Amino acid sequence: MTAISVKGLTKSYGDLVAVKDATFEVPLGTICGFVGPNGSGKTTTIRMLLSLISPTSGSGEILDEPISHPERYLSRVGAMIEGPAFYPALTGAENLRVIATLGGFPISRIPELLETVGLAGRGDDKYKTYSLGMKQRLGISAALLPNPKLLILDEPTNGLDPAGIQEIRDLLSKLAKEGVTVFVSSHLLSEIEMISEYLVMLRKGEVIFFGKTEELLHRSRPTIVVRATKTSDLKRLKKLVDEIGNPALLEGDELRIDADEKWGAELNELAFENEIVLKQITPVRPTLEETFFTMTEEER
Amino acid sequence: MKIFRAEWRKLRRPTLFFGSMGAVVAVTALVVSLLFLLIDSEMGNADRGQRITRDILALPSGISIGFSSSAGLLGIVALCVFAAQTAQEYTYGTLRSLLVREPRRIRLLIGKYLSMGLFAFFTVLFSAISSVVLAFALSGTAKVSTVAWTTSEAWTNLFETFVNVLISTFGYGTIGMVLGLLLRSPISSISIGVGWLFIVESILSIAWSPSGNWLPGSLLSVVANGGAPIGVTDVPSYSEAFIRVSAMTTAAALVTGYMFKRRDVAS
Ligand SMILES: Nc1ncnc2c1ncn2[C@@H]1O[C@H](COP(=O)(O)OP(=O)(O)OP(=O)(O)O)[C@@H](O)[C@H]1O
Ligand SMILES: [Mg+2]
Repeated sequence: MTAISVKGLTKSYGDLVAVKDATFEVPLGTICGFVGPNGSGKTTTIRMLLSLISPTSGSGEILDEPISHPERYLSRVGAMIEGPAFYPALTGAENLRVIATLGGFPISRIPELLETVGLAGRGDDKYKTYSLGMKQRLGISAALLPNPKLLILDEPTNGLDPAGIQEIRDLLSKLAKEGVTVFVSSHLLSEIEMISEYLVMLRKGEVIFFGKTEELLHRSRPTIVVRATKTSDLKRLKKLVDEIGNPALLEGDELRIDADEKWGAELNELAFENEIVLKQITPVRPTLEETFFTMTEEER
Repeated sequence: MKIFRAEWRKLRRPTLFFGSMGAVVAVTALVVSLLFLLIDSEMGNADRGQRITRDILALPSGISIGFSSSAGLLGIVALCVFAAQTAQEYTYGTLRSLLVREPRRIRLLIGKYLSMGLFAFFTVLFSAISSVVLAFALSGTAKVSTVAWTTSEAWTNLFETFVNVLISTFGYGTIGMVLGLLLRSPISSISIGVGWLFIVESILSIAWSPSGNWLPGSLLSVVANGGAPIGVTDVPSYSEAFIRVSAMTTAAALVTGYMFKRRDVAS
């Protein structure tokens, strides 16, 4: 069983192809980050997964049920799509009761859920008096009402302060430990890379990567950054390294060499033999964000 | 049933519920007061300057006249409530949350409609009660005999009027919901609905009177009155009006329902 599996999913609006032939799978029990820049089609994909809009072509399955039959799986799915949406004149708790009643979920869980998202004590205030962050939290608690097996959140950290973002990350990790599959979108990879075991990446409506986060890291080449006391030494070193066949780039007082960490010892020896004094040798793994940019560059 | 109860949670909100009931009682009181207090006025005491005399009010059907004259105003309330409650799901973006919890869209509409129907039932009930109470209270001042009002004929008539007003209110509500679904904005659906039914229709029927035979607002007022309203001629019979207006609203509801089922929800 997979949590989400889509094949050739496409959505066009006239000439504009918002999602183009998307194919990916999300296994059960992971946190999967769904990342892509603004307008890359994240929300559109999520709307199709929840059957709010119908795909132009392609198919998908959620919890092994086809997306053309949302009534078979939605009772096990919690979702927040494109920001929270509630009735401003009702209190936060009453808003949750509307949703619980509609979905047939126990109303008794509401106080506990409000507590989970940090809204304890504010449930009886009208929704329209909430701050942006509080609205977002209420949206997440609504998504948790069904006690879902799969949680789909579209940019849940929008409008939250750093502490709030951290709280949401902790909450998602905790839910994942309890066996909930989390599919969470963000336009900032850095925001979710540390909790995402799995990633689906979109660019201009196309899936450019899906798989384990580690795997993406392995795709990116590590670098060794070298500093020396004298810049002229670095220039000499660059020549030597180039001759060996490891491309190097001189940036200010740093030499960046495309090579694996293990090559560091060899490099040190090489420098010593040529009487170059090195101040520092640091192996650097690029962040996912950098990898992401490199990937999108390459595709261009 | 879940859908019905979920919708009711929104409708029972005190400002909305008591606000609407208060408005209904107030307009009914106004209509009934004019009917009794202006009974000797040259300007007339009913809609469109009609005069309804003591003799007519003293009939068994007299007790229902104030109530049935309020039907148009009850219709406006129903139209506004049905249109606003439907269209605001779009403007608040709450429709997507509803559809995630109940993806069977036609069921969602039916449950919502029935819940708003209960709300409309309460408006009609409050209007009926206040009109009867006020009619008795004002009968002395207006020197109208109430002897016939307590006969079983009067009560049967009142009950029939209640059913007819309820049907017409549901008719207005259906039109409101259809407009709400089509226009997706409370303000435009209410202004177009009220503007059409109460302004454009009057102009059309004055300009060319047979058009009243096919205009939903005129047909609904025939239904509410259980036949031609007092002083109005040239209108279809009750059963004809009923059939025409139900066919029209049902067709509109089916078409909109089908569109709603198919339409992308991207708000
Ligand atoms: N209803 C619609 N009609 C026309 N175009 C649309 C519609 N919805 C989305 N689009 C287009 O589809 C593309 C993808 O939009 P989408 O909202 O899925 O992006 P996103 O990845 O969620 O972006 P963001 O990070 O800004 O939320 C955009 O170019 C957008 O303009
Ligand atoms: Mg989006």
